[in-house]
Amino acid sequence: MQDAFAAALERWPRAGIPSRPGAWIQTVARNAAIDRIRRARTLERKSELLARAEAAEEEDVDTLPDERLALIFTCCHPALATDAQVALTLQAVGGLTAAEVARAFLVPEATMAQRLVRAKRKIRTAGIPFRVPPDHLLPDRTTAALATVYLIFNAGYGPPVRDELCDEAVRLGRLLAVLMPDEPEALGLAALMLLHDARREARRGEALVLLEDQDHALWDPARIEEGRRLLDRALRLRRPGAYQLQAAIASLHLEDETDWPQVAALYGELAARQPSPVVELNRAVAVAMADGPDAGLALLDRIDLPRYHLLHAARADLLRRLGRDAEAAAEYEVALALAPTSQERAFLTERLRSLPCANSRPAAAP
Amino acid sequence: MQYMLLINSSEEGWATLTDEQRNEMHAAYGAFTEEIRAKGVMVGGDQLAASSDATTVRIRDGETLVTDGPFAETKEQLGGYYLIEVESLDDAIEWAARIPGARYGVIEVRPVVTQPAEVAG
Repeated sequence: MQDAFAAALERWPRAGIPSRPGAWIQTVARNAAIDRIRRARTLERKSELLARAEAAEEEDVDTLPDERLALIFTCCHPALATDAQVALTLQAVGGLTAAEVARAFLVPEATMAQRLVRAKRKIRTAGIPFRVPPDHLLPDRTTAALATVYLIFNAGYGPPVRDELCDEAVRLGRLLAVLMPDEPEALGLAALMLLHDARREARRGEALVLLEDQDHALWDPARIEEGRRLLDRALRLRRPGAYQLQAAIASLHLEDETDWPQVAALYGELAARQPSPVVELNRAVAVAMADGPDAGLALLDRIDLPRYHLLHAARADLLRRLGRDAEAAAEYEVALALAPTSQERAFLTERLRSLPCANSRPAAAP
Repeated sequence: MQYMLLINSSEEGWATLTDEQRNEMHAAYGAFTEEIRAKGVMVGGDQLAASSDATTVRIRDGETLVTDGPFAETKEQLGGYYLIEVESLDDAIEWAARIPGARYGVIEVRPVVTQPAEVAG
């Protein structure tokens, strides 16, 4: 698995590896001036800052970067419920109004307003500190902050697609990458979101559009370039992580010819870090493309998720490629019965109908 | 800021421990208490008797209702507490995580109210 990463490093152009940078937080901590300002803050001042954050301007030029980072970490504190973290981050850091956040999550405005009020009250009453966490807490808290931003992105990715959430997540991701330039997973997450978001226009529309069928002309070259630049910087730090791996996979998918062996290897590396049936499924699909459908099927057979429609759809596809049409049809029907969206059902129905033996079978109930 | 660290664990589970395991726990609590006291963090704290030794008191319609046992039957029972004085929730969380019972039960970190106006309605 080291090879996959080394290969990835070779692949992207790089202008020499900088000497290993010190942890960014040490740089910040060394700034005595910022430290003094932090210590001088009283509880009233913290509340004042939170109140100011409510009326946050888009670009607060006077705000120290350290303050904005403290705000993000405060909003993503583990003592707050996940939906509160998300709402608060969007409002206080993203500058969205309660109404906008409510609309984005299809929740009544009063409910969202309540959620935000309760979250801020919890911060005050429970004594959640307004600060960038100390070194020993930073790894876990960074993970949490990045996860919150990614949650926002995934919410926007849909279905249903909500562009404003994706835009906000990308913005937050960029901000974290700027504020934590030596944290490879922050760079990796920003890269990942940009590379996915680059394909936004190609995904639009009623029908489900497979990656291989997307119109490349609709992809956003600026986002692709920015994403790849961030990924390049992240990889140079030589501290691989799940977001970097996913960004690397996304980047490979944006090439004219997908390097399937490398994608498979990267999914393998990802599976080692974040074992999940979904990752195994994606890996099996990549292996099928690299080594043939039989190899992919062997991997799919090891996944125990009988109610996961994509597993059956993937198996159906590989069986179809092997000419095992009757078995493929059976799998498409199981997938159809489990598929949660009409888009997916339409797609699977079409696939089922395209099988040579399909016309002799009774039609599956939608 | 003051916090109460409420130690909840399964009394049923405790009953299944060997004497050696119980002694180990007692020693661990002893060491923990010594340290939290020495650091000037501990304001108070006690082990509580078993929930079966609890008595519940309610006044309803002018009547005093006294019942045997804790006010609710729960999977884990309140077994003790520490009252601590620390700078922020993060510090309270760190101390809570080091309570020996945290590995088997649940520690609730509850802020102590200093200004009644702050209390959630």
